[in-house]
Amino acid sequence: MFEKWFPNVDIADLNTAIYETFYMTILSLIGTFIIGIILGLLLYLTSKGKLWENKIVYWIVAAVVNVFRAIPFIILILLLFPFTDFIVGTIRGPEAALPALIIGSAPFYARLVEIALKEVDNGVIEAAKAMGAKNSTIMFKVLLKESMPALVSGITVTAIALIGSTAVAGVIGAGGLGDFAYFYGFQRRQFDVVFICTLLIVIVVFVFQFIGDLISNKLDKR
Amino acid sequence: MITIKNLSKIYRTKKQNITAVDQLDLTIESGEIFGVIGYSGAGKSTFVRLLNRLEEPTAGEIIINGKDIVKQQKNELRLARQEIGMIFQHFNLLWSRTVHQNIAFPLEIAGVPKKERKAKVDRLIELVGLKGRENAYPSQLSGGQKQRVGIARALANDPKVLLCDEATSALDPETTDSILDLLVDINKRLGLTIVMITHEMNVIRKICHRVAVMDTGKVVEVGDAAHVFQNPQQAITKRFVQQLDGSEQYESLSAAALKEGAGTIVKLSFSGENVNQTVVSQTAKQFDVDINILQGNVLQTQTGAVGSLFLQLVGSEAEVEKALDFIRSANVKAEVQELV
Repeated sequence: MFEKWFPNVDIADLNTAIYETFYMTILSLIGTFIIGIILGLLLYLTSKGKLWENKIVYWIVAAVVNVFRAIPFIILILLLFPFTDFIVGTIRGPEAALPALIIGSAPFYARLVEIALKEVDNGVIEAAKAMGAKNSTIMFKVLLKESMPALVSGITVTAIALIGSTAVAGVIGAGGLGDFAYFYGFQRRQFDVVFICTLLIVIVVFVFQFIGDLISNKLDKR
Repeated sequence: MITIKNLSKIYRTKKQNITAVDQLDLTIESGEIFGVIGYSGAGKSTFVRLLNRLEEPTAGEIIINGKDIVKQQKNELRLARQEIGMIFQHFNLLWSRTVHQNIAFPLEIAGVPKKERKAKVDRLIELVGLKGRENAYPSQLSGGQKQRVGIARALANDPKVLLCDEATSALDPETTDSILDLLVDINKRLGLTIVMITHEMNVIRKICHRVAVMDTGKVVEVGDAAHVFQNPQQAITKRFVQQLDGSEQYESLSAAALKEGAGTIVKLSFSGENVNQTVVSQTAKQFDVDINILQGNVLQTQTGAVGSLFLQLVGSEAEVEKALDFIRSANVKAEVQELV
């Protein structure tokens, strides 16, 4: 059945491609989450009237975030070649895609984090202050905890954008479903390969969205 | 207990300086419920937030338990704050935590071990009457229940002082009463000093021992609650008292009464000691005046009852004057009302 519909698809190759897509998505997602939270917290805390109000730091972080968000992903990969080579030791394969994927999406997520933190009621932060909470307690137990549903739906949106980016990275040799679709499908005129890759990517996106929604709803007690 | 000297808060903006609290002096005794009343913009909310330095004072001293809060460094202030409970108009609960976890939060902050925390929270839940709702989330509670959680949370670290910033302003009258009863109960049981900020005279009447009236950042009048009710000095205080004693409604009644027959409208004010006297019937018997009762009420305050009675006295000017002298000689305050 499968071979009839998809005569040109090599199952072993396809499995490798799926594995590489997951590998890139999940690792870059973890990196994006950590860096995004840090940058988002910095943006929030150094903004006006907040715990670490500091115009200069805010301005620098905001500038970095905006610059990296402005660069199209395909160009960012090219720009980062020397950096990637230095860190990963190669510019090919899924590992080599990670720096660009993380640097490309962390600033985007940082903005989502900032928005999520802004939604936390100032009164609750004030109440924590009135109880004698340390700044670290306010950060982890109030700010991040109270905005968790928004942080999770933010990372879900970012994850889906990341899956798209892994496919773009594939075109310049990062592996994964994008790579597979481009080199084995498009360039060899084997459109069944393109089709199956598309189908799988759509499924992966649905799965991420479903899990993200599930967790976010579970956390939301408002 | 709390001594405030020369306390000021000035908000500086590019265009102008706004003085929210203006060289305020005040002493709040240990174990009393002290009310601060004022219209919005009077600076009362800023004032209470200065007490635990949620707002930084521009000048002045705030001495709580012998320590000057204003001079304290960051860490000292943090520890001092753990001994000052605070409740808010909008409760400010953490919605991601259950009732139990919300009340446990200040204990976590103070570093109380988990086992003690649980026992303490259970006691507090009992105290504020929320047994059975431990595992509910704030979104599942009514406004009154949320404020009960707020109160339990504020009491978790055994504070000596409880600051209430418009704690009942978001609640309906019935719920307000139940929260006020709870506060009085806590005040008596734990000997807690309560500072109550409000714009509702009713709240002051029901629970406060002493009251300060604030206007444009200054305390314009301060004293025993019943005394202030009976002898309001400032115009603003009179306006607040009128919210309660029905003076606002008496005018239409009086106008109608005067149309019927000439006479003098008099407001009698009673306080705890003379509320039982039979002044009115004696006046009617002894003098040649007719008495028409227009309106009257008695307000129960924390420090005694305060009554007011509006009478229309009809008779010759001399007799009315004599009757008034008689009433005044019985230690009842009698004011002739001018109709506008």
